[in-house]
Amino acid sequence: MAELATLREAVAELIHDGDVVAMEGFTHLIPFAAAHEVIRQGLADLTLVRMTPDVVYDQLIGAGAARKLVFSWGGNPGVGSLHRFRDAVENGWPHPLEVDEHSHAGMANRYVAGASGLPFAVVRAYRGTDLASRTSTVSTVTCPFTGEKLAAVAALNPDVTVIHAQQADRAGNVQLWGLTGVQKEAALAARRVLVTVEEIVDRLTPRPGGVVLPGWAITAVAEVPGGAHPSYAAGYSVRDNGFYQAWDAVSRDRDTFTAWIRDNILERP
Amino acid sequence: MTGWTPDELMTVNAARALAGARTCFVGIGLPSAAANLARRTAQPELVLVYESGALGAKPSRLPLSIGDGELADTADAVVSVPEMFNYWLQAGRIDVGFLGAAQLDRYANINTTAVDRGPDRPEGRLPGAGGAPEIAASCGAVLIVLRHSTRNMVDRLDFVTSVGHGSGPRDRSRLGLLGKGPVAVITDLGILRPDPGTAELTLTEVHPGVTVEQVRAATGWPLKIAGTVAVTGPPTPAELAALRAMKAA
Repeated sequence: MAELATLREAVAELIHDGDVVAMEGFTHLIPFAAAHEVIRQGLADLTLVRMTPDVVYDQLIGAGAARKLVFSWGGNPGVGSLHRFRDAVENGWPHPLEVDEHSHAGMANRYVAGASGLPFAVVRAYRGTDLASRTSTVSTVTCPFTGEKLAAVAALNPDVTVIHAQQADRAGNVQLWGLTGVQKEAALAARRVLVTVEEIVDRLTPRPGGVVLPGWAITAVAEVPGGAHPSYAAGYSVRDNGFYQAWDAVSRDRDTFTAWIRDNILERP
Repeated sequence: MTGWTPDELMTVNAARALAGARTCFVGIGLPSAAANLARRTAQPELVLVYESGALGAKPSRLPLSIGDGELADTADAVVSVPEMFNYWLQAGRIDVGFLGAAQLDRYANINTTAVDRGPDRPEGRLPGAGGAPEIAASCGAVLIVLRHSTRNMVDRLDFVTSVGHGSGPRDRSRLGLLGKGPVAVITDLGILRPDPGTAELTLTEVHPGVTVEQVRAATGWPLKIAGTVAVTGPPTPAELAALRAMKAA
């Protein structure tokens, strides 16, 4: 049964230096508040896993929490580059960042394999690309039935997956709806699961297209209203596109970024 | 001077290139603008598919990201990301995929991963693959939109992120890639299409006021030119009005 905890307790208990941590949410329901708590607690040497690193990992990388990034698309959607990510990869600031890079289908299926207890998944699209040249987590398999050659991508099994959802009940059962992304697979692939929610309710009401994760598949739930901002939670908030646009200027310069982290995260518990 | 910008010219022609498509897999930026313009002009029934999970999205304004809430709110169905990539895209259910590129070569292979900036500078980091490798592999056909310059249209890619026609006409079937691959590259100068025999990109159309010489000079390889180079029709007032209204919304 999931433990109901404060965000501070849950992060301290579930995430440790050196862990492989996946924070998922495909544009929608990105667990920003949990990431900020990771920065506040000064966690380091993390392997960060996420299909779209987004502003949330730009912040973690720039703050020095990451040693390695496993991902498939590292941009600020509709705006441009993730400057902290680029600075880490190109110039090693604040320290070097190792990357393990895939396509979206590859990442999604790596989680599917991880959630299924299988060592790898099969995808079609990698053949002919240079993607395999820079990672040890892509190989080729031959179909035993047809002889077709396909790409194999290694399973992902994070130490911890962190997601944000709209609601949980008091037993820690969680429901998310709207764009539900790869969160179910990322959660079920992980050894420990932390879910932040907009609201804890007495009873979950079934929603069209809703994904329910039973409390016994989750380690801890923390109530964090607005915990996805500047991403959003359908039914509770809208995406703060202005923040994403403004992030470009904040993140471009190391000092401006460092001041932003200090003023908005470190000195705001 | 004409009454439109190079980007508008590119977007209008990209929207027109969707003629006949029933379903379109849409990336953010120029592709999204073009696909939404097509739905507002010639093809009101066009099904827009966004990789975030929205099948049949009908946004009233141009989304900033592929995950804006309105995409899900207006969709025929919302599916998970693994379902989107496995059942809908990889299985070949989408007619046309729309892609951008940081670098493109003469066989319409795409680099969106990293660029070589010379021996004294670190490799320039780009966003990476996203869904482009599987869009390029599995959509029935692929349209590519990018600004035309020798920086983007290069002799040799620094990294192959997504396969167009590989190194020639037989490569796609050899690699097991199901779709036809790129059928047109729409730039701010004109339109390039793969030669039916060699699969090499060939200039088939220029936009009004653009010369073949101009296109040649903006291309980083010796560009093949079609026997007859047509001129694209100028954007109509209706197309421009729809595009501008969408951007302003």
